[in-house]
Amino acid sequence: MSRITRYLSLAVIYTLLPACATVRGTGDLGVVIERATGSIQIVDTTQHQLLKQVKGLGDLSHATVVYSRDERYAYVFGRDGGLTKIDILAGRIDKRIIQSGNSIGGAISQDGKLVAVSNYKPGGVKVFDSKTLELVADIPAGVGEQRSKVVGLVDAPGQRFVFSLYDTGEIWIADMSNKKPEITRYKDIGRLPYDGLITPDGRYYIAGLFGEDGLALLDLWHPEKGVKRILSNYGRGSKKMPVYKMPHLEGWAMTDDYAFLPAVGRNEVLVVNRRNWEHVTSIPVHGQPVFVMARPDGRQVWVNFAFPRNDTVQVIDTEPLKIIETLKPGKAVLHMEFTPRGEQVWVSARDAGKVTVYDTATLKVIATLPMEKPSGIFFTSRAHRIGL
Amino acid sequence: MVRRWQSIISQLFLITGMAVLYNPVYAKDNQIDASNNQPTSLSEQRRAELKDLLLQDCGSCHGMTLKGGLGPALTPDVLHNKSRQMITVTITEGRPGTPMPPWKTILSEQEIHWLVETLYSGVTP
Repeated sequence: MSRITRYLSLAVIYTLLPACATVRGTGDLGVVIERATGSIQIVDTTQHQLLKQVKGLGDLSHATVVYSRDERYAYVFGRDGGLTKIDILAGRIDKRIIQSGNSIGGAISQDGKLVAVSNYKPGGVKVFDSKTLELVADIPAGVGEQRSKVVGLVDAPGQRFVFSLYDTGEIWIADMSNKKPEITRYKDIGRLPYDGLITPDGRYYIAGLFGEDGLALLDLWHPEKGVKRILSNYGRGSKKMPVYKMPHLEGWAMTDDYAFLPAVGRNEVLVVNRRNWEHVTSIPVHGQPVFVMARPDGRQVWVNFAFPRNDTVQVIDTEPLKIIETLKPGKAVLHMEFTPRGEQVWVSARDAGKVTVYDTATLKVIATLPMEKPSGIFFTSRAHRIGL
Repeated sequence: MVRRWQSIISQLFLITGMAVLYNPVYAKDNQIDASNNQPTSLSEQRRAELKDLLLQDCGSCHGMTLKGGLGPALTPDVLHNKSRQMITVTITEGRPGTPMPPWKTILSEQEIHWLVETLYSGVTP
């Protein structure tokens, strides 16, 4: 056989190989960020397997992920302004751009056609075509000449994005129904909003405030009513401690009756009545909460903590509002993610170099997966949830 | 006129910066850090832990490459015209009104000193 025919037949084999590989869906797949090495692991939540490592994603400290509505593509938002679209079936980068100097997170629109990124430098939001990653809109954020870092960017029904301005204390709604974004601004919402969330029904947007006690609430069914302050007295009588890691609100914890939120600078989880947004109680916990996340059925809330008490996870039973278990998944627990119906939770421990999978009924470890400084964990079921 | 003042002020900053750089005490420290094998009472393991803390935990606000995030950038080119004393005080006491917390309950004076020197000489992951 001549060399050319040999190469040709090899080429044919390699072209056909992917087609012969098992056809599969992506509903039980996810992505785990390896923050220090600029890589991600594509994981299988049924088999507890690492399927493929994808490298070359830049600075992934504080990286987050959203999914295309077909659950095939993961959009990874890097700290260095990198936006990478990854084909998780093929296990490779589909497209990658550097869209700013410094960014913090992103969201995908209701129709799945737009991906928005919130930027620190230059402060604002950029909106891209989710297919091509071409720029659709650039929304500089700030008051006059003063640009502001943007935090807490989420998607909302009606093809809208909602976000908060850290430096100038505002909430903005960007309606993307038409070609040009239509902006609604809410000023003086409180000092230093550090993150935001939207309730699972897409109705309420809540921004957490670092500069003062309380949170800012916007009812998106009635945007004309403006932003209301809630829980402004939650810290009364207790001293605020220094914060060695900012809490996160993304990954809301809502049950039928209550919303669970991290207190800033206090070893407490705040419990709020969802009907009137009044403070119900505060649950004393191991440290300052970072993520407070409800199991999809709402019966449990899992909490991880800020440096230096970050080797621990606590589980709250939402009926008696009591801690039922304290777990030690390893040093520097950074994130948790439930499988779509909540029978497992995956917990990343950065310094321990592993992700631990717990059975949420028995609270026992069912698998341990070694990874390089793992941080955020994102399963494809996020594709179909408002605000994730 | 304004321009001239700006240039005078920036020159003053430059001179102060140089003075700090060429202060014999700091120069000596720089040598220790640059060679990294000079005797220092911080063990090699502790220094590795501190470097990790700097990149990972300080990095959660200042960026893992220390190019900035919610907190400002801490790269040598940004720090060169800021005094080491100001940076030391900021790490030790925190900065009220901002999320920067005081580290004095977690780190010793000597450890903070090592962190400051490491920041000024630049640190790579």
